[in-house]
Amino acid sequence: MRHARGRRGGALSATIGVVGELLITAGVFLGLFVVWQLWWTDVQAGRIHTQVLAELEWPEPPPLQVDDGPAIASEHRDEPPVMEEPADETVFAELYVPRWGDDFVTPVAQGVDKARVLDRLGAGHYPGTAMPGDLGNFATAGHRTTYGKPYHQVADLKEGDPLVFRTEDTWYVYRTTTHEIVWPHEVEVIAPVPGLQAGDPVPELTERLLTLTACHPMYSAAQRYIVHAELDYWAPVEEGTPIELVEAGVQVRGIDDGEA
Amino acid sequence: MYGALWRILPGPAWFRVLLLLVVFVALVWACFEWVFPWLSAYVPINDNTVEAHP
Repeated sequence: MRHARGRRGGALSATIGVVGELLITAGVFLGLFVVWQLWWTDVQAGRIHTQVLAELEWPEPPPLQVDDGPAIASEHRDEPPVMEEPADETVFAELYVPRWGDDFVTPVAQGVDKARVLDRLGAGHYPGTAMPGDLGNFATAGHRTTYGKPYHQVADLKEGDPLVFRTEDTWYVYRTTTHEIVWPHEVEVIAPVPGLQAGDPVPELTERLLTLTACHPMYSAAQRYIVHAELDYWAPVEEGTPIELVEAGVQVRGIDDGEA
Repeated sequence: MYGALWRILPGPAWFRVLLLLVVFVALVWACFEWVFPWLSAYVPINDNTVEAHP
């Protein structure tokens, strides 16, 4: 290319040379973008998730004792305690999902703004929807690819799979019921009663539901993958750990006198 | 383009290579830090929320 410059090749071949180099540059740029999107955003978000979970400094549930048997939280099916909706960007819960691995945990923060919440703080809670344990629909969004991808394995959930949320003091054990694939504008999936259209009168709420939304198909996000679940029981953290997590060997993180 | 760049750089060949490496790393870092995060807002391959039509 540089040989052509100002020599026999003339202006045409010099131009073609520059265009070729620009195309190569564009190719390298796009390649780097893919590396950044598919790899670096995970690295960055993973670091932030670890950090915000550590900053919660929530107490550890009572330890599992070999002699007395493990401290299993009893299953409460009465009215659960429901926290107030926190300020935007506040990490207010952790989510454990045995189906997604015994080391899976993601922070859950208030809001679904991409840049401020979903790209950084794990799963996000749709403002205005129910809080964990509440009547209605506790609706969350999470990345299925990139940015730490908390909902990466959302399509692996099977009916009955536990989805365990922990706030500072309370466990909420939901069980997967159904999944569906919808278009991005189908907001009725996060309605207090899923399927309720905007403008419809809201009936008296009787169910305590959970909804996860993630992109679908992976790496395209033309649609949304939706998982619905229903509250099975709740338990105070000070009682112990839900049996679902103990049986699956999930390491519950928390601050303790000794090693976690 | 890159031929011209090579010719205007000072010093021996190993120095030019080093210089270009440093510049390349700086450019990649700038892309990772600022350009790509900005660009990704216009590449909706990661959207995961449902929202009403604006």
